[in-house]
Amino acid sequence: MIRATCRALAAILFTLLVFVVWQAAIDSGLVNRIFVAAPLSAIDVIAERAANGTLWTTTAATAQRLLAGWIAAVGIAMLLGTAVGNSRAAHQYLSPTLEFFRPLPASAVIPVAVLFFGLTTKMSTFVIAFGALWPVLLSAIHGFVSVPRELREVASTLEMGRLRYIFTIAIPSASVDIMAGLRISLSLALILTVVTEMQASLPGLGYELFLAQRTYRSADLYAGLMTLGVFGFLINQALLLTERRLMRWKLA
Amino acid sequence: MLSSWRSIAVPAAVLLLWEFAAAFRFVDLEFISRPSHIMIAAISGLADGSFLYATWQTLEACVFGLTIALVVGVLTGIFLGLSPFAEFISRPSLEGLRSIPSIAFAPLTLLLFGFGLPMEGLIIAYACLWPILITTIAAVRNIEPRLLEIAAALEMSPATRVRKIVIPAMLPRVLVGLRTAAGFALVVSVTVEILINPRGLGYGLIIAQQSLRIDVMYAYLVWLAVIGLIVNALVRLADREVVV
Repeated sequence: MIRATCRALAAILFTLLVFVVWQAAIDSGLVNRIFVAAPLSAIDVIAERAANGTLWTTTAATAQRLLAGWIAAVGIAMLLGTAVGNSRAAHQYLSPTLEFFRPLPASAVIPVAVLFFGLTTKMSTFVIAFGALWPVLLSAIHGFVSVPRELREVASTLEMGRLRYIFTIAIPSASVDIMAGLRISLSLALILTVVTEMQASLPGLGYELFLAQRTYRSADLYAGLMTLGVFGFLINQALLLTERRLMRWKLA
Repeated sequence: MLSSWRSIAVPAAVLLLWEFAAAFRFVDLEFISRPSHIMIAAISGLADGSFLYATWQTLEACVFGLTIALVVGVLTGIFLGLSPFAEFISRPSLEGLRSIPSIAFAPLTLLLFGFGLPMEGLIIAYACLWPILITTIAAVRNIEPRLLEIAAALEMSPATRVRKIVIPAMLPRVLVGLRTAAGFALVVSVTVEILINPRGLGYGLIIAQQSLRIDVMYAYLVWLAVIGLIVNALVRLADREVVV
């Protein structure tokens, strides 16, 4: 118990030390202020933004963009994945086409999306959904294809219909794979959210970063990076917690 | 036979429909071009060397970034893997840093290095660092403890210990991390090029769109998918070599 407390204290001290060294490097003039902002001035910017409310509005805009694209991606991926993973015909017809699109870097569809939708929210939702689709789709297909034989046999002995098999056996059995895919796709979706905001000047944390760089306000830039770090950390933790709650039956 | 027919049915039908719809002007050529035009654009892009030059620039940045990530990731990973205390106390800082999406560093690196290879390579290095670092730490942790005991019994110096025992024992796992990183590298490089850096395939893609050469844009897209397939296949091949 005491040892654990000491270790936790050491971890906190080390983290503080990183910030102190960083601050000292700037105060002593070792690093140029134009390029590297002091952590204290970055924190000042965050506090100021929190006070006047812009922190919350930009974060909310980014969160909304992220969720819209990610949820669309998960929905489409689950539908497609269930079809391809459970039906041989769908697998034969679709998987070669999917295999061709899969290695395409997600951001490469940005120019196409801009062409079709312009620099709009629709464009960003499309790009995020397209990019975040693949990890979920592939892990869902993998999960469905590798449902244990015994479980399939149980389903056929009980003469289950296809839908009933999918909901009561296939999805729970594939859920571990699907969860892993969800986690990867969420961090991908965050990257694409930031990218599309920068590309199309859509309001949010990514655009704030771009603006800070263009106006050479390095404190704003580092404040933006810190905010994004915290934001990314929190959404990942939220997903992990949900996963743990949903998968409790599996661990027990 | 049946399955190979089925596998090309969907793409073939889409391409044919697309070609005819475009030929009879059912769709706006300014938006979706035409498969035959795209093929011609791809062939001329390959023939005049512009595709290959852009590919070279993109892959150069990928290799640059991956190399930095590999060196930094493996060295830090060995250190943190051998010292659980160091790993524990640096965890909050590293987790915080890792939570920042790689592409968010684009404005900062632009400010520091300007356009060109270094800024793009560093963003790639940052993105690729994490899978390599994490697998290296796990790999070092999983080394058979008896091997390390032998090293202690033989009174090996820390450097010899790392060279003779740690590196050979962890190599297969680190390669798994490298494989993930190689996939990241291509995505990040193209993203940075589309977004700001005027070089490589991503830049070719966005410029083609902005100058309304839609056929060239789609040709780049198809070429990118091909490059992605090749990179994937190479990585898989390297993986098989190691496993055997």
